[in-house]
Amino acid sequence: MSALSSLFVREMKLATRVGGGALMGALFFLIVVTVVPFGVGPDLNLLARIGPAILWIGALLATLLSLDRLFQADRDDGGLDLILMGETPLELVVLVKCLAHWTATGLPLVIASPVLAIFMNMEPVAIGATTLTLAVGTPALTFVGAIGAALTVSLRRGGLLLAILVLPLTVPVMIFGVSAATAAVQEPVPFATPFSILAALGLFSMVLGPIAGAAALRFAGD
Amino acid sequence: MRLIDYANPTRFLGLSATLLPWLAAVTAITFAVGLYMVFFVAPADYQQGETVKIMYIHVPFAWLSMFCYMTMAASAFGTLVWRHPLADVSAKCAAPIGAAFTFLALATGSLWGKPMWGTWWVWDARLTSVLVLFIMYLGLIALQETIEDPARAAKASAILTLVGVVNIPIIKFSVDWWNTLHQPSSVFRMGGSTIATSMLVPLLVMAVAFTLLFLVFHLMAMRNEILRRRIRAMRMIEAAGAE
Amino acid sequence: MFGNHAGFIFAAYGIAILVIAALFVWIVVDGRSQRRQLADLESRGVRRRSERSADGGTA
Repeated sequence: MSALSSLFVREMKLATRVGGGALMGALFFLIVVTVVPFGVGPDLNLLARIGPAILWIGALLATLLSLDRLFQADRDDGGLDLILMGETPLELVVLVKCLAHWTATGLPLVIASPVLAIFMNMEPVAIGATTLTLAVGTPALTFVGAIGAALTVSLRRGGLLLAILVLPLTVPVMIFGVSAATAAVQEPVPFATPFSILAALGLFSMVLGPIAGAAALRFAGD
Repeated sequence: MRLIDYANPTRFLGLSATLLPWLAAVTAITFAVGLYMVFFVAPADYQQGETVKIMYIHVPFAWLSMFCYMTMAASAFGTLVWRHPLADVSAKCAAPIGAAFTFLALATGSLWGKPMWGTWWVWDARLTSVLVLFIMYLGLIALQETIEDPARAAKASAILTLVGVVNIPIIKFSVDWWNTLHQPSSVFRMGGSTIATSMLVPLLVMAVAFTLLFLVFHLMAMRNEILRRRIRAMRMIEAAGAE
Repeated sequence: MFGNHAGFIFAAYGIAILVIAALFVWIVVDGRSQRRQLADLESRGVRRRSERSADGGTA
């Protein structure tokens, strides 16, 4: 257990030091959300309606773009070989690395989303609902994305390929995340239905991501 | 001879060479029968008129888009569990064929939708799921083309294929859910209602014909891929010997 | 006999034939090129490992 907790601390230190790029995701998120009104026009009613979707798309892109270094840095400095040879189960290592990555890059997105929601002219209820769905949904994106990161670990320019591989798999998270956020404001569906499915997807990807990611890392090491 | 013996690449080349002409002949006959039934026997639908003729190719393409993926998933299993090189070859060769059939399912669906729905594309649950499947095929092909070493490319795409298999039902479910949320039962549905025997028989014949066509293409592509790997190995031996 | 939507029916069958023909041509051309390369390598006396061991390492 101490090996995993020290891994977590190491990952957090690496992410938050100079050159770690933890806040880059939040910055990208800010820019995506800012660009949207230039595209669709400054109509506040329209922005309020599409706000949750924009925040979700921004968070999705920011998460995916920050994931390509998840295992690559370790591969470059040889750390990955040590992890592969170590006694700690690789699945748990992947899980801890994902959790650390989410704490360093996903959590800032969740914290930034209420502020950005104000730009989108969203109601307080919608802001709360969107932030809550992002808090539950972004870990799922990180876990699914870890599979792509592990598959593309040996490629020099894996970033774009990672997004191509992972985006279809994030469709359910996206659907239920945005549905739950809009359900909080609009009437037809209760908030709890899509939200509990979103939470289930998060738990499911928490299992699938580490298992598939660890398998991909093992085969990449062969 | 046990079944596993056919999994030897050299033996596979011999077996497929004797099998292919027969398979191709059966495919051609099935297509001749199927197309005759579609154009001269099958009645026009009372609601959709003659556009229902598109169904006889659209539905087989949609079926094959899933069948190809299942073939790839079975092969991926073979790659990861038995580490069999022929399974790698099978998975790799099914991907472009599957992508082509999935594209055709989308294209014929769109051409069917225009007269029926009045628009080329609707975000109908079924079409959207097929679109996501198409993107997954393209991702798999991209992954296979990006990793140079065939064995490693096969393992990486096998993992992605199996992850996809786990996710396809979830994607299907969420797209259905999303669809009913946004457009409650406004779209036309082909399935669900019972389909008349006079239309079902030609449809089944066409589905069998296209499945046979897939098998022919798959076998041919697998033979090519085995030769490609053999050439690669020989080039390496040549390069090593030339030093 | 095809009603007012004949264009759509022919377009659907047309694109199906086109894509399937393209797939077929691609597979056949690819196969020819592989066979040619293999024949070229064999004519230069390059053997596969399994053949070499069968020959008793004479290659």
